[in-house]
Amino acid sequence: MRGTRSLTSERGKKYRAIVVDDEDLARQVLRELLQAHPEVEIVAECANGFEAVKTVTELKPDLLFLDVQMPKLDGFEVLELTGTDLAVIFVTAYDQYALRAFEAHAVDYLLKPFGAERLRLALERVPERLGNKRLGGPGLGAQLPPPTELAAEARPPAQYLERIVVKDGTRVHLIPVRKLDYAEAQDDYVALCSEGKKHLKQQTISSLEKALDPKRFLRVHRSYIVNLERVVKIEPYGKETHVVVLTSGAQLPVSRAGYARLREVLEG
Amino acid sequence: MHPILGNLRRLGLYLFSWVPLVALIVYLLKVVGGLGWVEAAALGTPLSFLYALACLSSWYMCRTTTLERAAALQPALAHLTAAVVVSGLWVLAARALAAGLAQFAAFAGLNRGAEKTTGLIFGLGVLLYLLGVLMHYALLAMEASRAAKEREAQAQVLAREAELRALKAQVNPHFIFNGLHSISALTGSDPAKAREMCILLGDFLRRTLGLGEQSMIALREEIALVDCFLSVEKVRFGVRLAFEETVDADVLEEPVPPLVLQPLVENAVTHGVSNLPEGGWIRLRAARDGQSLRIVVENQFDVEAVPNRRNGMGLENVRQRLETCYGNSAGLAVTTEVDCFRVSLTLPLE
Repeated sequence: MRGTRSLTSERGKKYRAIVVDDEDLARQVLRELLQAHPEVEIVAECANGFEAVKTVTELKPDLLFLDVQMPKLDGFEVLELTGTDLAVIFVTAYDQYALRAFEAHAVDYLLKPFGAERLRLALERVPERLGNKRLGGPGLGAQLPPPTELAAEARPPAQYLERIVVKDGTRVHLIPVRKLDYAEAQDDYVALCSEGKKHLKQQTISSLEKALDPKRFLRVHRSYIVNLERVVKIEPYGKETHVVVLTSGAQLPVSRAGYARLREVLEG
Repeated sequence: MHPILGNLRRLGLYLFSWVPLVALIVYLLKVVGGLGWVEAAALGTPLSFLYALACLSSWYMCRTTTLERAAALQPALAHLTAAVVVSGLWVLAARALAAGLAQFAAFAGLNRGAEKTTGLIFGLGVLLYLLGVLMHYALLAMEASRAAKEREAQAQVLAREAELRALKAQVNPHFIFNGLHSISALTGSDPAKAREMCILLGDFLRRTLGLGEQSMIALREEIALVDCFLSVEKVRFGVRLAFEETVDADVLEEPVPPLVLQPLVENAVTHGVSNLPEGGWIRLRAARDGQSLRIVVENQFDVEAVPNRRNGMGLENVRQRLETCYGNSAGLAVTTEVDCFRVSLTLPLE
C-alpha cells in the first residue's frame, strides 16, 4: 500500500482521527476503507456537530473527517469552533458553493460516493497539511485563512449569516442574529451581546461585519456593530461625537463616519 | 390596422402590382370605348389608381367574416353586393372625371366615349373588387397561420420549461449521491440489502422519469412514488426516520398532478428529520373533505435550525403547479405548531 509508506514516515506514529457524519452507513464506509490504512486510528465517531465540537476539543485529534450537512451544526460551523490546527477532510454529497469554497481554501474533500483510491489520495496530503506541527512549529493550519471565511464562501451569494456559533469550553452556543444586540471588538475577539449576556468569539469585527446583512446591522464605530432593530435613539455626546441608545439601555459610541452611515440608513 | 394601408412598403408593392392592370384598362378603353391613346390614358390612369385604393376597403368586411364552408353563402352575397355598389360608384367617378376632362378642348370627345365604356368599367370594377376580396382573405389566412405557429412554439417552450422545472425539483442530486453512498457502504456489510437499495433507487428514478410526461396521475401512483423515496431514505437514516401514512381507500384513484407530494415529503426529510440528531416523524394523510381532496404532509423539525438555503423552492414549485392545473380552486397552506411543520393541500374533486 503506497499510502502506508508516506504516512508512517514519522517514526511510525499513528494519526488519531475522528469521523463525523450523522449517517451510520456513511461512517461505516470510512471505517471500512480506513482498515487498509493502519497509520490512521479512529479514536471517536460523532453523529452531529455538537458532539463533534465537544469530542474534538477533548481528544485533540490530528485528522477530522467532517460531513457538511448535519443536524445542529453544519461542517463549516464545526470547523469555525475547532480551529484549523488539524487536518480536515470534508465529506459531502454535491453542493456547488461548498465545493468552490473547498477549492479556494485548499481544503481536501471527498465526494460521496467515494472509493479507496480517492481516500488514499486525500490521506497522502495529510502530512503536508499538518506540516511540522509535531516538531514544535506552527501547523499548516496557522497559514490557512480563518474558517469563518471558508464558511462565508460556502454560502450562496447574497445570503447572510442567520446565526452565529460560539464555543464556551466544550459547550456550543447558537446565537440567532435577530437576537444579537451588538458586537464589540476586543483584540482578536468579538464580544457578542445577546439577551443580556456576552459571548466571546475568536473573529475579527470586519469579517463579522461582512457576514451580516447590511440592511439589519451597521458598523457604527471602529469597534462596534449594532443591530438596527435595537436602536432607540441617537444622542449627541461631547462636541462632535454621538452615542446610540439601544432597547436594552446600552449606550455605544458612534464615530463620525458611523453617524453619517446611521443617519443615511435611518432617514432614507 | 389594415395590413396594406398600415405598411408603406406593402402599399408601394400593391400599387406597383396595379401597373399592368392600369395598362390593361387603358388599352380596353381605347379599343372598346373607341378613344384615342391620350384620351384613354388621361381617363384610365387616375381612375385605376382610385379604384386600387377602393378595393382595399374590402378588408374591413373580410376581417369580420371568416371563410368557413358551412356559412360561406352569406359573406359571398355580402361581398357581391359590396362589389356592385363600389363598382357603381366607380362608374359615377369615371363619368365625373370624363365630364371634367371634357372642359379642356383636347379631350372634348371624352364625354361621348365615356358613355360607351360604362358597361366595361362596371364589369371590370366588379371583377377587380372580388379579386381584392380574395387577396385579403389570403393575407388573413397567412397572418392566422403565422400567429398559430407562434402560439404553438410558445406553448412548447412553456411545456418544456415546466417539465424541466419538475425534473429539477424532483431529482435532487443529494438524494442520488447519498443513496449511492449508502449502497457503497452496504456492499461490504450487507450485500443483500445493497441489492435491495439498488432496486429501490432504480425504481424511484424510473417512476420519476415516466411521471413527467403525464398531466394527471392517480393519487395511488404518487403515494407509491413517495413510499419508494422514503424506503431509500429509510436505509440512510435508519431508526431516525419514522413514517406514518393514513390514506382513505376511497381517494386512492382520484387524479392529482404528478410530483406534488414527493417534493413535500422530500422537504420533510431534508429540513425536518435530517436536522434532528435523534430523528423525527413524517406523517402523510389524505382524505375526502366534501367536494375536495385534502392531503396533509407534516413533519417534526428542529426549532433552532437555520432556515435552509433550499427551503421554499420545493414548496414554491408545488404551489405553481397547482395554480397551473386548477387555477384558484386549489389551495396550499403552511402552518407551524411548536416543532411540527405542516403543509395542507386542498384539491377540487370532479
